[in-house]
Amino acid sequence: MTAALPRTLYQKIWDAHVVAMRDDTALIYIDRHLIHEVTSAQAFDGLRAAGRQLRRPDLILAVPDHNLPTTARLDAQGQRLPIDDPASAEQLDALTRNTAEFQVDFIDAVAPEQGIVHVVGPEQGFTLPSTTLVCGDSHTASHGALGALAFGIGTSEVEHVFATQTLLLKPSRTLEVRVEGVLGPGVTPKDVALAIVGKLKASGGQGHVIEYTGRVIREMSIEGRLTVCNMSIEAGARAGLVAPDDVTFAYLKGRPRAPKGAMWDQAVSYWRTLNTDPGAAYDKTVVIDASEIAPLVTWGISPDDSVPITGVVPDPDSFADPARRDAAAKALAYLGLTPGMRMQDIEVDNVFIGSCTNSRIEDLRAAAEVVRGRKVAPSIRQAIVVPGSGLVKRQAEDEGLDGVFRESGFEWREPGCSMCLAMNPDKIPAGERCASTSNRNFVGRQGPGSRTHLLSPAMAAAAAVTGKLTDVRELTS
Amino acid sequence: MKAINRIEGRAYPLGLANVDTDAIISAEYLKKVTRKGMGEGAFATMRRNPDNIFDNPEYAGAPILVAGENFGCGSSREHAAWAILDMGVQAVIAVSFSDIFSGNAFKNGILTIELPQAQIDMLLDAARDGQLAIDLPDQTVTTESGNVAEFGMDPFRKHCLINGLDEIGLTLQMEDAISRHEREIDERMPWLSSRRDAA
Repeated sequence: MTAALPRTLYQKIWDAHVVAMRDDTALIYIDRHLIHEVTSAQAFDGLRAAGRQLRRPDLILAVPDHNLPTTARLDAQGQRLPIDDPASAEQLDALTRNTAEFQVDFIDAVAPEQGIVHVVGPEQGFTLPSTTLVCGDSHTASHGALGALAFGIGTSEVEHVFATQTLLLKPSRTLEVRVEGVLGPGVTPKDVALAIVGKLKASGGQGHVIEYTGRVIREMSIEGRLTVCNMSIEAGARAGLVAPDDVTFAYLKGRPRAPKGAMWDQAVSYWRTLNTDPGAAYDKTVVIDASEIAPLVTWGISPDDSVPITGVVPDPDSFADPARRDAAAKALAYLGLTPGMRMQDIEVDNVFIGSCTNSRIEDLRAAAEVVRGRKVAPSIRQAIVVPGSGLVKRQAEDEGLDGVFRESGFEWREPGCSMCLAMNPDKIPAGERCASTSNRNFVGRQGPGSRTHLLSPAMAAAAAVTGKLTDVRELTS
Repeated sequence: MKAINRIEGRAYPLGLANVDTDAIISAEYLKKVTRKGMGEGAFATMRRNPDNIFDNPEYAGAPILVAGENFGCGSSREHAAWAILDMGVQAVIAVSFSDIFSGNAFKNGILTIELPQAQIDMLLDAARDGQLAIDLPDQTVTTESGNVAEFGMDPFRKHCLINGLDEIGLTLQMEDAISRHEREIDERMPWLSSRRDAA
């Protein structure tokens, strides 16, 4: 027998899931399927219409997040409060009905474990290394932080997984993003994510699965890795991966849906084999020096439009590519910015700390540290903190973080997608500006006419207390 | 699914790069629980501009849309594909597509064609005052003045689109292979299945 060829982490996971090949397309087995209310209803309908069975209800976990208001869900008597928007209510009801009919594990809107699907999966130990994991949401790439090959799918694919527990896929190319060195003070995983997206550009990862490597990633917590993997899609990559290590195993051990006892040991010994072999080749490698990453903030309408907080709004004429020049001019007009303006002079009306990118306990701790003993600036119309899950919320409350936020003038909300995407009552009115820890600054993303600046939780907190985009290092040093 | 052979008619000369799924259909239209009627929300933000091409009667009902690179980037919402289909577009021609969008388009019977920027520019010019004709079996796009652009196409996708085949039905024919894989997983990675708990 010849020695096996060296393989990347991606190739190892891929190879272990090939059910069959047809030409260059593989039928890939799916181990884990997360569903929420927005992209599943039509898939259940399709299944019913075709008279097909749901093949493996036991591999699915359902939780509502996108549509849920983040205000109180129960009244003083513990009765469930109605949802005002009839379309939202209908979509949420459809998820409840469908999961009951098809016997899918369902975390209800008022359950303590409810939260954003990409926060809940890892937290519950539903997301495991070496698994293929899908969800009808592009930020599914998040789960790659635990060494799962995880990617977003559309509703037809959700239906395909329901009926067959497989997907037809072509192998992706591999892209190593190696972040070397040590992060400077005030520089967080969100800044690493924005730096990577800025370097690769919005389409640079197309057709690729990213593996994040290097000292910065190795030394990062699972929460930080989730933030970095979450934004893989903003560089056009379908998925982002981090090889599982002791940090991963320590995070997962004892989680409700993680393996237990002898099975845990068996799983860990397999997971330890999931490293890219020495000598395995990536199709492309990009190296980023951590010392060159500053706290970043976006100035445009694409997540790759970022500059250091100490920088200025770029001049569209400075872009050589005419398409890019045109896009930059449109972005500045939409955002009401002028070339050369200092980023730190941009006043904001709203601050949002939350989303599947930045709503985990470490994010809330980082933001609380900045606001502790300070007040939200009077010019701020709304500043909200939306924990990623009920469990994150409870832990933050146990640590007293809710009090820190409340005393400073932040609202402390119930878990959900909130202000990230304008599908629930949390929206930014037209023309207002938001410092947001979410992942997309597209036109209208936070509500029609809304103006978004993406940044880290610590930077968002800094903006809240000064009323404008601020270098957090000036507040904390 | 409707079979595609030849698509002929006017084409929306959109031309832009990085048209994201929020631009195609914004989140406020994502609350429907059926697939129909999404077309009314398509390109809503662009349509607030009175000079937009989508409300220009010249292109009304055009079955083709021509765009720049990275069309359909952003979220995985299949509503973007449904919206485009519901407005009557059967083919999108672009320099490149986001991976998720092209998958969603294919599953809904929308033909996606990738062509280099120079050919896209040629088609955009032609689309402003004439029809385009796409021949899927021949893999060509022809302008009224007779310019022809040849495009590459995955043979499996081509086969499915021409025959209007349902992908789930095709996969279910591989039931034996799927069951075999599940037995192997139960054996080698028993922690992945919770069926054991119930057993």
